[in-house]
Amino acid sequence: MAIKEMEQDIVRPPQPPGLVKWIKENLFSSVFNSILTVLLFPTILYLLYLVIIWVLFGANWKAVSQFPLLFAIGQYPRDQIWRVGFVFSGFMFMLGISWGRWSGLLRSIALAAGSFLLLIAVLPVQNPQLDMTMRIYLGSTILITLVGYLIGNKTRLKNAFIIAGWFVIPIVGVVLLAGFENSERIPVVHTTLWGGLLVTFLLAAGGIVLSFPLGVALAFGRRSSLPVVSGFSTVFIEGIRGVPLVTLLFMFSIILALFLPVESRIDRLVRALMAVTVFSAAYSAENIRGGLQAVPLGQIEAAKALGMGNFKTTVFIVLPQALRAVLPAIAGQFIALFKDTTLVVIIGINDFLGIGRSIINSDPEFVQMRTEVYIFMAVVYWIFSYMMSLASRRIESTMGIESNL
Amino acid sequence: MTPQKSDTTAIPFYRDERILKIIAQIVSTVVIFGFLIWAVINFLKAADARNMELSFGFLKEAAGFPISNPPIDYEPSMTYGRAFIVGLVNTLLISGVGIVTATIVGTLVALARLSSNWLLSRMALVFIEFHRNIPLLVLLFIWYFVVFSFVPPVKESLVWPGPIFINKRGVYISWPRLTDSGSTFLVLSIIGIIAAIILYIILRKRRKNTGKNTYYTPISIGLILIFSVAGWFLSGGSPFQMDIPFLKGFNYQGGLRLTPEFAGMYLSLSLYTAAFIAEVVRGGIQAVNKGQIEAARAVGLNQMQVLSLVVMPQALRIIIPPMISQYLNLTKNSSLALAIGFQEVFAVGKTTINQAGRAVPVFALIMITYLSLSLLTSFILNIYNRRIQFVVR
Repeated sequence: MAIKEMEQDIVRPPQPPGLVKWIKENLFSSVFNSILTVLLFPTILYLLYLVIIWVLFGANWKAVSQFPLLFAIGQYPRDQIWRVGFVFSGFMFMLGISWGRWSGLLRSIALAAGSFLLLIAVLPVQNPQLDMTMRIYLGSTILITLVGYLIGNKTRLKNAFIIAGWFVIPIVGVVLLAGFENSERIPVVHTTLWGGLLVTFLLAAGGIVLSFPLGVALAFGRRSSLPVVSGFSTVFIEGIRGVPLVTLLFMFSIILALFLPVESRIDRLVRALMAVTVFSAAYSAENIRGGLQAVPLGQIEAAKALGMGNFKTTVFIVLPQALRAVLPAIAGQFIALFKDTTLVVIIGINDFLGIGRSIINSDPEFVQMRTEVYIFMAVVYWIFSYMMSLASRRIESTMGIESNL
Repeated sequence: MTPQKSDTTAIPFYRDERILKIIAQIVSTVVIFGFLIWAVINFLKAADARNMELSFGFLKEAAGFPISNPPIDYEPSMTYGRAFIVGLVNTLLISGVGIVTATIVGTLVALARLSSNWLLSRMALVFIEFHRNIPLLVLLFIWYFVVFSFVPPVKESLVWPGPIFINKRGVYISWPRLTDSGSTFLVLSIIGIIAAIILYIILRKRRKNTGKNTYYTPISIGLILIFSVAGWFLSGGSPFQMDIPFLKGFNYQGGLRLTPEFAGMYLSLSLYTAAFIAEVVRGGIQAVNKGQIEAARAVGLNQMQVLSLVVMPQALRIIIPPMISQYLNLTKNSSLALAIGFQEVFAVGKTTINQAGRAVPVFALIMITYLSLSLLTSFILNIYNRRIQFVVR
């Protein structure tokens, strides 16, 4: 009895406002707001109604649903498709292991990817490209991810091996996708045949991974006390930031060859990757430089006083603090890079957007369905870059960084 | 004290920072210049082998390709140089109107985002997230290939008040054009504006120095009005004539014509950038300390005064630097117009390369153009920025 009485005395925290109160505060707080709400509400409902009706009944999604493989991997030879599948499973396996080991954000990514695969695998539609083999492959990839999870979670596999795996898989993957000369089993697949999301991801991931160290190097270069190094870095950064990415893409695809020895030939996908990397590195460098400037001098002096050398001070004291400070900006830069990969369409590389455009142009019937194709592509790009920004926000909040955006 | 050997002998040379620095200096010089020289030698070899011309002489040759709806006089028989200038004007045009539109729309969206009305705020959020997460090129294609494909043909043009005619060939806007006597009006108005600006600065300075109210705003506005009204009457009461588009044969004539390419690029570019500007403006306004607003209220300023005298000056300080980079992004992004065939600098350059070869000089020209545009914009806006930072401090 006594306990019950005491409980009643406890001051309860303010309850969340009820629905009516919420509506009153957020929709009808003043005369102007009330008028606005009365005008906006039916408009929004009507627009939503129109969109839903169109998506379900008005639109003809044939041009999208007929070519799932084309959107995913482009013209990659269909008899060599196991190579793409193998690489993809490899990535999912690594994702599973990392999920088991570190959980957190990786868990969300793995679960999202897994449930997406599951959804496609059991999709109750008849599609020549979604045959039994494909469904079994998707199912087994989910299993592989789960096996990876168990390995990461239950075994004492060293972290170093997992990180090494993340380096090995992409390299092995690209080599496998490209193939070997004089090989019967794994013939060369020229990059002109690569396309779709495969190329988009390759450019985006490659650009992010390569531009980051280059950006760090340029940022230090610009702050260097050596005039040649800092001069070169400054001219490089400002020169690249001053011109549009399209210019760089054309430069690398047309002019770069002139500055290299005559006999050297660089693949055009690699040239596009170089352009994207260099472009993104110049922007990252400026972000990182901002972070370097934000590290208090006392930190460096303290590190020196402890007897740390230049290299150790930089790697263990300056860089972590600098990167932490500019993480939101760097994340924004990576999202921009992902969106910028679409520009390779202009130099004739069939990335995801390019595949969509060539499908539209391939048949007069599909020209009539261009609305559906473009909307589909916009939605896919939107989902990926929105997920990237969600992920960056999550990392920021776990690291205790307040983002002002 | 026992005499010690000097420090320099105690430290081996490979650990002496002074010597290391000199070595690093030499090594970096050799590496960087070596690389540059290597690239230039390769280039000269390649140029020799292919018999490339590296001069800019081709700029004087006839271009031979048409540019649709050129903003300044242009015929295919004119030179490549002229074509390049037409492209440059197109770039400046689309960047200019794009920047103005993006700033206005972005600010409105930011204010909507900060509104106390939940619905309005959410709508602004949807606008921002929609545009920020879709590549500009996809937006451009959606506007140009999808939205504009629903525009009716010439015979069934949409007519908007203005009148503005919208059809497959473009947007035709009624536009005031100067009549023969109109130049008097124009000249007098410009004189009036210049005089008003000078007077404004002088009177404002006096106000600052003496503290007496010099009514600088009404006086300068009045000056502009007097001059333009005088000009109006001197030019016979009709300095302008509305140039209304009319259907002639298969097409509209007269008025201001915006091609579908221009309109598509303009809309996608301004809305895309507006979403980023909205976030910049919102961040700036939210960064103003709440105490500042409360203090201003307590002093007795009204809503308008709080916004214009307290919030905006402080917010602008934060807003302007990222705003500059958004403007520069917009200018550079206008090069995407190539994808839909709007003839701006880059597209003209591309056509020139296809026709005349000369990839290297053309690229040099394009890069120099964009670089000087970037440097010029950031130079001007940085001056403005410094002034604002100084005044507010």
